[in-house]
Amino acid sequence: MQKKSSNVYLLMILPALILFFSFHTFPAIQGIFYSFTNSRGYGNWDFVGLKNYIHVFQDARAIDAYVFTFKFAILSTILVNVISLMIALGLNANVKFRKTLRGIYFMPNILSVLIVGFIFNYIFSMFIPSIARTLGIEALSTSILGKPELAWIGIVIVAVWQAAAFNTILYLAGLATISQDLYEASSLDGANKWHEFWKITFPLIAPFFTINMVLAMKNFLMVFDHIVALTGGGPGRATESISLLIYRGGFQGGEFAYQSANAVIYFIVIVAVSVFQIRNLQKREVEM
Amino acid sequence: MERKKLNIPVTILLIIGTIFILFPLYITVVNAFKTPQETAQSILALPQMFGFGNFTRAIELTNFFNAFTNSFYITLFTVVFTLLTNSMVAYAIARNMHKKFYKILFYYFVSAMFIPFPIIMLPIVKQMSNLGLTNPSGLILLYIVYGLSFNIFLYVGYIKTIPLELEEAAIVDGASRWGVFWRVIFPLLSPMNATVGILTALWAWNDFMLPLVILSDRSHQTLPLVQYVFQSQFATNYNLAFASYLLALLPMIILYLFLQKWIISGVTQGAIK
Repeated sequence: MQKKSSNVYLLMILPALILFFSFHTFPAIQGIFYSFTNSRGYGNWDFVGLKNYIHVFQDARAIDAYVFTFKFAILSTILVNVISLMIALGLNANVKFRKTLRGIYFMPNILSVLIVGFIFNYIFSMFIPSIARTLGIEALSTSILGKPELAWIGIVIVAVWQAAAFNTILYLAGLATISQDLYEASSLDGANKWHEFWKITFPLIAPFFTINMVLAMKNFLMVFDHIVALTGGGPGRATESISLLIYRGGFQGGEFAYQSANAVIYFIVIVAVSVFQIRNLQKREVEM
Repeated sequence: MERKKLNIPVTILLIIGTIFILFPLYITVVNAFKTPQETAQSILALPQMFGFGNFTRAIELTNFFNAFTNSFYITLFTVVFTLLTNSMVAYAIARNMHKKFYKILFYYFVSAMFIPFPIIMLPIVKQMSNLGLTNPSGLILLYIVYGLSFNIFLYVGYIKTIPLELEEAAIVDGASRWGVFWRVIFPLLSPMNATVGILTALWAWNDFMLPLVILSDRSHQTLPLVQYVFQSQFATNYNLAFASYLLALLPMIILYLFLQKWIISGVTQGAIK
């Protein structure tokens, strides 16, 4: 009886295990393997050792992509968390139309990032310049997406617009865990709202703050759809993210092995950033 | 009980805030109905008349119903098979976590969440094309397999809370392990099935990167992919573009209007685990 049961368990997992290995682990190993070769994705290849890795560190295009991606991810992560925490605090207060408001604030989460990006593309390139011209604001009279030094701000705006929905819902879930009694006790002690937030609310939702920071940062480091829709990596290569570089170089540039090395570095960077964030933020959770 | 007092200033601030959320959608809707001349006059104004000319042209140009059907079937099959298979795998793991093999298996699946897609992207495309799977079936397979990591994590946590006694009673009554899973456990998983189903549907419906690299045939393209492909043609006619975007967004918006409560709680459940 027991024996039969364990056979059934094995049968339940075996197909999934084989498929997962073949379509996830195996290609990942292949990617790592080819990163030590000079393969272009087809034909003959040789081992080249660490050459690809060394090249990534010397490649201005790759370094620019990392700088841009980090700049974008850090600013977006901060903005998303500040804004969604504010919205969540508002929705958690005793407001009218609470359900409807929550429904509206969550809506961006269900929409395709790519299509939202296309819509914003139009807003940046047509709507804002036309308003700016009527108002006589010279700086905004041409599309910010066309300016190398400003285009990334446009991507931040779309990313924040879209991602705040998910983070808001998470913060709301966190705020719902706080007992009202705590606030009542503190209002008796004469604490004001600002103190109340920093002394009670924020420490109590610290675990949610940690998840939100880590998830947002990880997602933003992988940014792809936003950029395809808004700038295509341009102007020039000003907004080329790491994902986009790997996609382009790997599929269109014949840099299969080289971009595989880049992807391995990218993987290490993402894991390192996540671990670093979790360590630091959890330490703070304890201190608070 | 003082806190029950309605907070009017915050309500007003939140209502003002929704303008930022609704504005891009407003722009999309009004311009989808306008002619290029009307848009040139004013982007913000309402259309003089609500004609469907842009929509019929967008439907013809992008072959909308074909793309919609593709997206629909890909999402449907992905969700159904994800629910059926991923829950079963998680059940086998959850009930054997005391054994080393299953414990390792659990961490093997879950830790894969940290591997960014670009590292797999180049080899998987080669592999899929060698296997002749650069089509919707291949795409569905990848969604089901890639979903395992996160879904096993969700299901295992949930299954652990289901008391073993229920299963033992069924076994004593002569049910097989399969029978126990399908007749006893699977129905009990309903709340988690809803969460996994919603998250999977949102992912498969809105995803752009995987269809972009996997689907080779134009007739197989999904809704987001079609918007991308036609982008250069839309550049000369924004009204047509907006009609097309609106058509592509509408199915999910309609679904959201009806299932809002479910979708929000599903996403929340998935996130706080």
